[in-house]
Amino acid sequence: MDLLAFGNTGWGDELFFATLMTIAVSITAMIIGFCFALIFTPLKLSKNKLLNFIGNSYTTIIRGVPELLVIYLLFFGGSGAIMYVASIFGYNKYIEINAFLTGSFAIGIISGAYSTEVFRGAIQSIDKGQFEASKVLGLKKPVHFIKVIMPQMLRLAVPNLSNVWQITLKDTSLISVTGLVEIMRQSYIAAGSTRDPLFFYSFAAVLYLLLTFLSMKLINKLETKYRRGY
Amino acid sequence: MDLDLMISSFPKLLNATLITLKLLSLSLIFGLMLGLFFAILRLNKNIFLNKFSYFYSYLFRGTPLLVQIFIIYFGLGQIEFLRSSFLWIILKEPYWCAIIAFSLNTGAYTSEILRSAFETINKGFIEAGDSLGISKRIIFYKIQIPIAIRQSLPAYGNEIILMLKGTSLASTVTLMDLTGVAKYIISTTFKPIEVFIVAGGIYLFMTFIIHNFIRYLEKKYSY
Repeated sequence: MDLLAFGNTGWGDELFFATLMTIAVSITAMIIGFCFALIFTPLKLSKNKLLNFIGNSYTTIIRGVPELLVIYLLFFGGSGAIMYVASIFGYNKYIEINAFLTGSFAIGIISGAYSTEVFRGAIQSIDKGQFEASKVLGLKKPVHFIKVIMPQMLRLAVPNLSNVWQITLKDTSLISVTGLVEIMRQSYIAAGSTRDPLFFYSFAAVLYLLLTFLSMKLINKLETKYRRGY
Repeated sequence: MDLDLMISSFPKLLNATLITLKLLSLSLIFGLMLGLFFAILRLNKNIFLNKFSYFYSYLFRGTPLLVQIFIIYFGLGQIEFLRSSFLWIILKEPYWCAIIAFSLNTGAYTSEILRSAFETINKGFIEAGDSLGISKRIIFYKIQIPIAIRQSLPAYGNEIILMLKGTSLASTVTLMDLTGVAKYIISTTFKPIEVFIVAGGIYLFMTFIIHNFIRYLEKKYSY
């Protein structure tokens, strides 16, 4: 237990902040994922062949390629790409991107692909009559979307989104390869310096279990909220 | 776009794909056995066995695969009696550690898939078997298992694809699988996009084959 002491003697506070980092990365990635889903869900539902193709390739490629490969692509290629764009605008100095942003972005792209599928499925399973009814009532598009489609979509999407959240939370362990100090990286450092990998990796596992367990409890509450009236 | 690099790295990556496929097939075989075993335990009425199986699947589904590999590869070597036992021959090899971790992980997911398949079997089938005087064992092997396998095909197909992507983590324990070699080429040439296209293409091709194979099986065994 000495190993987990807070302060300079143990790894307690380091692991605590690493856990906060994992939560921060997961939430940021989830939000970035939602942004991607907002762009790509309409594309996937679109009747235009080209737009449809773009939407489909995004979800197929990201869901068919290992997460680690996507992370390596962004980690090694990200700053190069940004520097290339910057050089077009006449900025030629070296740009280093923050590990937090690269990591969240990489996980966000992955989580976005799963969210897109969830939203697409939810919208498609809404009864056609709902779309027709709001058209007949003469509702404007934004009102129709926010007041009619959204609430029904969320009810169907929340259970599946909780799966996406679990996947995202676990995927954040992979960005430890880029050096961002989250649970996995911190355990790696601690295991290296104390030569006690069994303890620290097991503790990391416990932390992840705790996070998934707590988020499950929270999401269940959300689910009951959106199930009201059904 | 460096076409030469893409062409020259293709054979290397293809070679590494063999390791990925070996890892995938071995862990799927072991994982399927584990999954079936724990699914049956889960259906058992004995509370202790039931809870044990539940705990197993909860543990492996609630933690990242990376943690599991690290515990097995870095962690287990720390236990003295494992080091001195015959198991050490297996546990010192990253290859077998990765397979153990993958099998345990996919076993947990498979057990959940099979359990839900067993639970959704129409009671009428079992009752029909009963009323025909077929023994419980034969009902289980000849009726429940085939139906459960058919039911779980779509979900199991997803699991195979997830596992294919999971094998990429073997590269973190020094194995040179497809992702490991891709990372090596990226870090020596600093051309991530080209390598990503080739390696990602190989992965997508495998996903495509698996997806269609499962579809074919679903069609073949549909009733």
